[in-house]
Amino acid sequence: MSLSATTAPPSPAAPPPRPPARRRSRSHSLTRLDLKYSPYLYIAPFFVIFGIFGLYPMLRTAWMSLHDWNLIGDHSFIGFDNYVALVKDEYFWNATLNTFGIFLLSTIPQLLLALFLANLLNRTFLRARTLFRMAIFMPNVVSVAAVAIVFGMLFQRDFGVINWLLSFVGIDAVDWDAERWSSWTAIASMVNWRWTGYNTLILLAGMQAIPRDLYEAAALDGASQWKQFWRITLPMLTPTFVFVVILSTIGGLQLFTEPLVFANGNIIGGDQREFQTLAMYMYELGIENLNTAGYGAAVAWAMFLMIALVSGINFLLVRRTVK
Amino acid sequence: MNSASRRLWRTSPLTYVALVLATLFSIYPFYYMVVIATRSLDSINDVPPPVTPAGSFGDNFGRVLDNDAANFLTGLLNSVIVSGIVTVSVVITGSLAGFAFAKLRFRGRNALLLTIIVTMMIPTQLGLIPLWGMIQDLNWFDTLYAVTVPFLVSAFGVFMMRQYATQAISDELIEAGRVDGASTFRIYWNIVLPALRPAAAVLGLLTFMETWNSFLWPYAVLTSENPTLQVSLAFLSYAYYTDYSQVFAATAVGTLPLVIVFIVFGRQIVGGIMEGAVKS
Repeated sequence: MSLSATTAPPSPAAPPPRPPARRRSRSHSLTRLDLKYSPYLYIAPFFVIFGIFGLYPMLRTAWMSLHDWNLIGDHSFIGFDNYVALVKDEYFWNATLNTFGIFLLSTIPQLLLALFLANLLNRTFLRARTLFRMAIFMPNVVSVAAVAIVFGMLFQRDFGVINWLLSFVGIDAVDWDAERWSSWTAIASMVNWRWTGYNTLILLAGMQAIPRDLYEAAALDGASQWKQFWRITLPMLTPTFVFVVILSTIGGLQLFTEPLVFANGNIIGGDQREFQTLAMYMYELGIENLNTAGYGAAVAWAMFLMIALVSGINFLLVRRTVK
Repeated sequence: MNSASRRLWRTSPLTYVALVLATLFSIYPFYYMVVIATRSLDSINDVPPPVTPAGSFGDNFGRVLDNDAANFLTGLLNSVIVSGIVTVSVVITGSLAGFAFAKLRFRGRNALLLTIIVTMMIPTQLGLIPLWGMIQDLNWFDTLYAVTVPFLVSAFGVFMMRQYATQAISDELIEAGRVDGASTFRIYWNIVLPALRPAAAVLGLLTFMETWNSFLWPYAVLTSENPTLQVSLAFLSYAYYTDYSQVFAATAVGTLPLVIVFIVFGRQIVGGIMEGAVKS
C-alpha cells in the first residue's frame, strides 16, 4: 500500500474509499497511536529503573568526588583536591599494587589454561564432549562467597590440604594470609578456579566458528598441529580473545569478595593491608567510614579510569601480537 | 573424510588425560565441601586430611539452624524471594524491550540501543557509594527492596533478547498479526513471547544464578538480621571459622540448589553461554 502511494501520483479524481463507520476510524487512530508510541512503553521499564539506580548514581559519583562529602549529608565543593590527595595516598597505591598483582596472577594462567582446554575440547572426535564442557564450567556456578570459604580452608595453615600437599615436596607450612605473595597466590587461585571454565567455553565458541577447511588445507600442506594452532587458530580467534581479555580485566580489577572473605571480613585485607584491593579500599572509604564518601568516590573514578586504560592497552596489545 | 583429515582431528589419549584432570580439579572443591560438611568437628584437624564423607551432616546442620548470629533460614528464604522476583522481572522487561528494539520502528531506536550496549561496559561499582546513600534516604536499608528493585532490569537481558528476537522471529509473522487486527501488545503476548521461550529460559537461568550468588551489594545494604544466603554464609564464616563443619554444612546447603539446577539445565546454560559469545 505504501509502495503504490509513493510511485503513483495522487489522483484527486479517485479518492480512496473511506469507511463510513465512525467506530472504524477511531480504531484506526488507536492503531496509529499503538504503532507510534507503544514501543516506548516497552522499553520504558528498562530506562526508568536503570536511569534511577544505574546511571544516576554513576554520574553522582563524579559529582561527589569533587566534594568533601559525608554520607550523613554535609558536603562542600573542593574541586580536584580528592584526586590530588589520592596521588599522595600510600594506601591507595598499596591497593593498586595488590589489585594488579592478583589480577596478573589470575588472568595470565587462567587464559593460557583456557586456551589449552578449549583447544582440546575442539577436537572433532572427542567423546563425552558435553560432559567435559559441563564439568569444566561447573565452578562458575558456585557463589564467590562459597568459593572463598572453601578455599580459605584449603589454604589453612595448620591442617589445610594445600600445605599438606606441599609437605610432600619438602616445603614448610605456609601462613597464606600473612604475606603478600602467599595471599595473592591463594586469592588468585580462587579466581582461576572459578573462571577458567567460563573462559574456556567462550574461546571454544570462537574456535568452532573457524572454517574447518582451513585446517584441512594446512594439513595437506604438511603443517603440524602446533603450527596450525599458531597460524590459524590464534589469528582467527583474535576477536574472541580480545573479548575474553577485556571481560577478565573488568572483573579482575573489581576484585572484592574473594579477598574480603579470605580476610574474614576485615576490609583492610590482612593485618598489614597486604591484600586489600582497590574495591575494598573504596568500600572502606565510602561505606564503612561515612565521613570520606567523597574521597571514596574519587577512588571509584580512579578505578574506572584504570579499567578503561588497561582494557584499551590490552585491546591494542592483543591485536598486535596475535596478528 | 579422507585419512589425512581424520588424522588431523583424531583425539589422542593424552587429551582425555588432560580433560579428566581438569574435571577432577573442577569437581574436587565441591567434593571437599561435602566431606567436611559431613564430618564431626574434631576429625577435621586430621593429617592426612579426610577424603571420605561421614555421617555428621545432621549434627552440623543442626548447629547452623540453632545459630541465630547468621539467620541462615531467613537468608535462604530471602534468596529464594529475591532471585525469583528479579528473574521474572528481567525476563519480562528484557523480552518486551528486546522485541521493541528488534521488530518495531520508532524514533531514536538506534541511539537508545547503543546506550544500552554502552551501559553494559560500565562497572556497577562506579555507582556503589551514591547508591548506598540513596538506599539510606529511601529507608530501604536492611530490607529486600534494596536488593531487588535496582536489579529488576538488565542491559544484558535486553541485548540478549534483542539478538534472539532479530533472528528467531520473522517480520511476516508480525505483519500477519497486524493484518488480523492484533494490537502490538497482543502480538508480543501471543506471537513473540512463545517464540522467545528458549532464550528466555537461558536468560532466566543465568539471572537466577547471578542473583542467588551476588554478594557485594547485599553485603553493603543488609545485616545479619535480614540477610540473603550469601551474606548469611559470610557472617557465619567470620564468626565461626573455627567450627568449619558447621560453616561447610551451611555452604553445602546454599550451593546444592545451584548444583541441581546446573545438572538439570547445564546443557542449555553451557550452550547459551557459547551462543552468546559468538553472537556478541
